[in-house]
Amino acid sequence: MHGKTLKTLLGGAVLMAVLLLAGFAAPQWLLFTATKAIGYGIVALGIVVLMRGGVVSFGQGMVYCAGAYAAGLIAANWGLTDALVLLTIGGVTGIVIGAVVGPLIARYRGIFFAMLTVALSMVLYGVLVKMNQIGGSDGFNVPEPTFFGWPPDRDSADLALYCTAIVVAGVTAMLCRVYFDSMAGLMSRAVRENELRVEYLGTSVHRTMVLNFVVAAGFGGVGGALNGMALGHVDPLFSFWTTSGEFVFVAILAGPYSVAAVFVASIILELVRSFSNLYFPETWQLVLGAFLLAVILFLPEGIGSLWAKGRIIAPRTPRDDVTRSRAAEDRSTGGSRVATATRAARPTAKEPQA
Amino acid sequence: MNASPARAPRSAPSPAVPVLEARNLNKSFGAVSAAADISIEFATGSKVSLIGANGAGKTTFVNMVTGYLKPDSGAILLDGVDVTKKKPRAMTHLGVCRSFQIPQLCEPMTSVENMLVSFGASGRRFSLFRPCGSEGSEDEARAMLDRFGLTQYADRVVAELPGGVRKLLDIAMAMVRKPKVLLLDEPTSGVSAEEKFPLMDTVMAALAHEDVTVLFVEHDLDIVTRYSDRIVAFYAGKIIADDRPDEVLSDDAVQKYVTGGAR
Repeated sequence: MHGKTLKTLLGGAVLMAVLLLAGFAAPQWLLFTATKAIGYGIVALGIVVLMRGGVVSFGQGMVYCAGAYAAGLIAANWGLTDALVLLTIGGVTGIVIGAVVGPLIARYRGIFFAMLTVALSMVLYGVLVKMNQIGGSDGFNVPEPTFFGWPPDRDSADLALYCTAIVVAGVTAMLCRVYFDSMAGLMSRAVRENELRVEYLGTSVHRTMVLNFVVAAGFGGVGGALNGMALGHVDPLFSFWTTSGEFVFVAILAGPYSVAAVFVASIILELVRSFSNLYFPETWQLVLGAFLLAVILFLPEGIGSLWAKGRIIAPRTPRDDVTRSRAAEDRSTGGSRVATATRAARPTAKEPQA
Repeated sequence: MNASPARAPRSAPSPAVPVLEARNLNKSFGAVSAAADISIEFATGSKVSLIGANGAGKTTFVNMVTGYLKPDSGAILLDGVDVTKKKPRAMTHLGVCRSFQIPQLCEPMTSVENMLVSFGASGRRFSLFRPCGSEGSEDEARAMLDRFGLTQYADRVVAELPGGVRKLLDIAMAMVRKPKVLLLDEPTSGVSAEEKFPLMDTVMAALAHEDVTVLFVEHDLDIVTRYSDRIVAFYAGKIIADDRPDEVLSDDAVQKYVTGGAR
């Protein structure tokens, strides 16, 4: 495994461990808020995947809702309540929808793409509102999830779901980071910058867009299933355009560079929403709006730009080239690890004097 | 309009199997004929200039060869295989690559990142999981930049680069696939007079050891004379001359319809 990938995975694992431990000390309300924010973050991460390819979906509520409904219906009707199974069902539902809708929608760009995604999500909203068999506009309750057959009691249910959310979000985020750093991720960025060039270099722009759409849809489905379990209830508002708008809010707040920023932005949204709702129940959206405005004005590339930059390849100095050529020489001559280290260390020590 | 002048006979012998061949290509846009019964062959490794006034049919020919436009009739053969109905991406895969009059680059990225895009698109380094730039791909990208004299610009953002450098980067990106046929659309347009020859020198030096056929659309007659071993002159969708540079540029029809007696 490449060093950079290993670093990503190790960093993610350590962060996950810290957040899991923190969960045991956190108050109940924070666990619920964090779980919901993580669900939102996973969906918004899908929008960031799309943003890096040059489009923004304003209808991610569609896959969010579909994932929640699929998981909820199976839990309610078939009694299949294991959290990981339900999350998988949500993700697969999103992927299936993405694979059907993606090829049709991937040829559109800009406002046309955005409006089509809104339209599709509102179609789903309209259909669900009219379907009284599954609760109509009221939706239905999702049974308490179990964890590998263990049904947690009331006190530990939030913690168990929080831990599951952390693990799922951590794995999702790490996979996403690896994808962003890969050649496929670079191609996605190239599509955003110059589709004509990418096509004439021999790569299918359409395929890249479909891949991004399917990945985003899968994330949307997982987020929907998670929040369906966290709230214990799903309804057609999951697919309403304002819900999709919140995901876009999180994605813009986070910016396109950092995966972790998406979850930070999502937590910020949930906290601002919770406290504003408490203290300014009539005007809490105003607070959110002002917050977004401030971020756009002062951090136009999102809060992620505070610690992550858009550079993919670090600039190389002549000294780097010397080190690399020596390493290549060592490889070709079959030099031992010790010999290589000794030779690399010697000139480095002398270099400043040269 | 009166009939266009007849095509001049070619003195250069045709190769046994040309790398690229057009047979009786026709293309019209409404009443305008952009390609009228064009038949031509290109030998492996040749450097051919396509000249002609604006609207003469050069770009239409290039667009048909790269798969962007489908001819109304006729055939395009690559290594003797019919590729008439292939799309640009398929043509790229088959070894027909191009650069653009206005360089098509990823502006916010650095030169080396642009080059990595090219390696990724070529499929040689494509991966969903391996970090880009790993396993020597960054070294390969930098080596290609070095070949085109772009080492000092490797880590600079493309949007900040001068026109000539952008042109070179555009061509370098097209070369990553090691194409059989490379089409350069006006490689020196928008480049200052002092930079034109150094730019072409760099391109030709970089291509010197490649077995690539180069077709370049160019208006600068000094450039075409110096860097091509054959010139094809277009007028009103037809080829009016196709020969060695000195022969073509002294041709009466070419002087009348293309150069305007510039030489």
